[in-house]
Amino acid sequence: MISGKSNNVSISSQLLMSLGPHSDCGCVRSQRTMIHFILLFSRQGKLRLQKWYTTIADREKKKVIRDMLMLVLARPPRSSNFIQWRDLKIVYKRYASLYFCAGLENQDNELLALEVLHRYVELLDKYFGNVCELDIIFNFEKAYFILDEFLMGGEVLETSKVAVGGCLEDADTLQETMDEYMNKPAY
Amino acid sequence: MLQHSYTHTAMSPSVPLQEMIRAIRSARTQCEERGVIQRECAAIRAQFRQADNGGRSHNLAKLLYVHMLGYPAHFGQMECVRMIASSRYSEKRVGYLGAMMLLDEKQDASLLITNSIKNDLSHSNQYVQSLALCTLACMGSAEMCRDLAPEIDRLLRASNSYIKKKAALCAVHIVRKVHELGELFAPAARSLLSEKNHGVLHGAVVLITELCERSSESLERFRKTVPDLVQIMKGLVISGYSPEHDVAGISDPFLQVRLLRLLRILGRNNETASDAMNDLLAQVATNTDSTKTVGNAVLYETVLTVLDIKSESGLRVLAVNILGRFLLNNDRNIRYIAMTSLQKIVGTDHNAVQRHRGTIVDCLKDQDASVKRRALDLSLALVSASNIRSMMKELLLFLSSCPPELRSQAANGIFTAAERYAPSKRWHIDTILHVLITAGGDVRDETVPNLIQLITNTSELHCYTVHKLYRALLSDISQQSLVQVACWCIGEYGDLLLRGDCQEVEPMQVCEDDVLDALETVLQSHMSSTATRGFALTATMKLSTRITDNVDRIRSIVSIYGSCIDLELQQRAVEYNALFKKYDHMRAAVLERMPVIERNSSGLINGDPTGEPVKEVQPSKVKTEVSLPLPQAADQTCDLLDLLSSSEQQPQSPPAAGSSILTQPLGTDCSAGRDLLDLLGGLEPTPPPTAVTVYEKDGVTLTIVCEKQSDSAMTVTLTGFNSSDCDVSSFTLQAAVPKSVQLHMKAPSGDSLPAGGAAKVTQVVLLNNPNKVNLKMRIRVSYSCRGSTVQETVQVDSFPGL
Repeated sequence: MISGKSNNVSISSQLLMSLGPHSDCGCVRSQRTMIHFILLFSRQGKLRLQKWYTTIADREKKKVIRDMLMLVLARPPRSSNFIQWRDLKIVYKRYASLYFCAGLENQDNELLALEVLHRYVELLDKYFGNVCELDIIFNFEKAYFILDEFLMGGEVLETSKVAVGGCLEDADTLQETMDEYMNKPAY
Repeated sequence: MLQHSYTHTAMSPSVPLQEMIRAIRSARTQCEERGVIQRECAAIRAQFRQADNGGRSHNLAKLLYVHMLGYPAHFGQMECVRMIASSRYSEKRVGYLGAMMLLDEKQDASLLITNSIKNDLSHSNQYVQSLALCTLACMGSAEMCRDLAPEIDRLLRASNSYIKKKAALCAVHIVRKVHELGELFAPAARSLLSEKNHGVLHGAVVLITELCERSSESLERFRKTVPDLVQIMKGLVISGYSPEHDVAGISDPFLQVRLLRLLRILGRNNETASDAMNDLLAQVATNTDSTKTVGNAVLYETVLTVLDIKSESGLRVLAVNILGRFLLNNDRNIRYIAMTSLQKIVGTDHNAVQRHRGTIVDCLKDQDASVKRRALDLSLALVSASNIRSMMKELLLFLSSCPPELRSQAANGIFTAAERYAPSKRWHIDTILHVLITAGGDVRDETVPNLIQLITNTSELHCYTVHKLYRALLSDISQQSLVQVACWCIGEYGDLLLRGDCQEVEPMQVCEDDVLDALETVLQSHMSSTATRGFALTATMKLSTRITDNVDRIRSIVSIYGSCIDLELQQRAVEYNALFKKYDHMRAAVLERMPVIERNSSGLINGDPTGEPVKEVQPSKVKTEVSLPLPQAADQTCDLLDLLSSSEQQPQSPPAAGSSILTQPLGTDCSAGRDLLDLLGGLEPTPPPTAVTVYEKDGVTLTIVCEKQSDSAMTVTLTGFNSSDCDVSSFTLQAAVPKSVQLHMKAPSGDSLPAGGAAKVTQVVLLNNPNKVNLKMRIRVSYSCRGSTVQETVQVDSFPGL
């Protein structure tokens, strides 16, 4: 939760970050990367996707998820999309019945993070055709595959929508081809 | 035959998974859901144990779904390992996904996939390679990274764009895990900058950024790439419409932002590099379309870069103006980030930010909690001597309606600002009182002693302060800090309160019973903390010397608390009881008014022991030498005991009242310090004993005041005074008494008497006359005046007051 007094981290972009893991709040910051995690959840608080770009324990993951649900779902309708939480910036946006939530490094560009989330939604939309929450529920592994073609290690991997779409198609074809090949009756 | 049926399911791969999901979703209760999941998990486990079948990937997918719902899935880890090693792409795909979800570097099983990853990195099919790269970048441990780094480096140089961009980000992960390996990737990173593919470029920029942030040698080396980076950026900004990378008119904003970020790091603290990018930054700042978020994202990054490098002043002004425009933007997000950026430069470009103070203060009233928080930080940073009054009005207004999580910060910020820029003492006290009334529960602990110190030192406002605090106390006793300060003041200045007349507040007749009622309410209220009740009890006690009629009531209150279950209160009450009974003659001295407190850096009073002159607040009253800091308090213990006993040796078993009150502060915390404050006084409110002049010459006078302490002991206070118009220095006194009388001279308060009676010198002499001989005292006075030394002896034969 928001920890009150000491929450105000003064943002001074230092040239050389101190090396090694930071243990500000235990386990969330074990690595310095742009995006620490991405969570998708419904208005009722059901988790639809979780991607972690830092190494944290399962228990800690559950805590973070709980905190995010509490923080984001409690926000009034026309608030800003940024929340300061521990030493991370939380960027979230609601698309229909799903909240897309990203935990961002304190020195990173929040407006760009909004664009990242938007781009991911666009990619999902292109792949599923008018994507809705059910698509993501029943094809969750595809949602992950799409995410993994767009982001990697907490950073943007491919900036072209077309390129990502093309790769996904190719990979799917490969999968089917291989399956078909492997499962053709052998006579 | 069997194969046929499996073929069927393989053709529509997700059916088993989707069926399971449907089953789970149709469960109406948590219990039902758990039942479904348990059944499914059992089936999955059984399937895992079977030999190779076509449905393995679906099984694992089912398990991953169950895992996402929050159920344990660790029994799937080995299956992931097996799937990754499979030759089927579909199985590898789900296997690697499972590895990323279920395994992290801390799990033992993660080591087992190192070999598979290694093999897959050189697979003929790029999609298999990509799976390996992705997984390594997601959960590769330091060991795995070390192991596979050379392979990644190879891929960085010689592969297609698809693999190169993934290898670049994989290298970023490796460098984060094992910093030394940065050296390995530097050459490849450099050469990647000449690629055309945006994905690869982006990856290269991220990698170079990481290298530069980790090592200063890399930073030096990569500074040479600034011209290339500027070129790439220019290409993006002024090129025509590129459909593949366009986002609302901006060409590849992701790459633009990363480039700007890298330029920032390279230009920091370096004139040459900063110069090279000046034009580009100006171009981006002016040409980027700011009607959509994406354009503002680029502008934002540009502004951050301009403000961080050694940019020329024109560019800087441009950047701050952009932030100013952001502040007026309708979009809350933009206002929020504008304030975040202004916060970073409020130290260096203070005047520029001050220009936008009005807008920032308006943001305090914004509905959004995040915006409010930023506005508060910035407002506090913008407070200065010239705007303190108007800013404080806004801040106090904010405090009364701000969200609870911000109250503490706001209150403390207001205090700091008030302390630094208070235009007048009364304003300062008023402000602090206002904060205590509004948000007393959220202030820091040091506030109470700090405020007490402030009040004590503002003697002209004692009456005003105590009246205001009394009124505040009557209306609300729930804010502990406020109540504590109020009790303290009432105890100290109760006489002023009762006198009733004070120019700056409306007249209110307060009688002794009212005051005691108020204090008793605090004592008895369940809202009062122990510390607060301690304050109230001590205040009640102090009033015993400041009021006339209700001393009995005080006595009874004190004796009731003698059996209080709280140890702290009980101890105090017992000691005060003792003060009433055995040491009533000392009570006035012990409960005298406090002298002005010297400020310590820590804000706590137990500080530097030596040489603290005790300033006089009302010079017409005689004072005894009582001072605050702890070690001197120990001396004071001896002094008091000296007065009581006839010997001058160290006290062996000090009486309960004297020493325990004074040695209590040997506890370390703040409240102990407050005890010390409460009990040692400096001013005598009772009518001064008559002073007899024993010596007078040329305006220099010496008076004595005698006080009988016991049958044989007495204190003689010698006071030197200079009403002439030349300064007197080296003023010393020596005294002699008949043989059987014991004499002990304490240290004088000083040795200089400035002209015109601005200050006095006092010296206390303790006499003990056990044989009750006729008391005489010879005093030699010596001093320098107008360059010449004066020495005189006088004899005192009669001592008034004996």
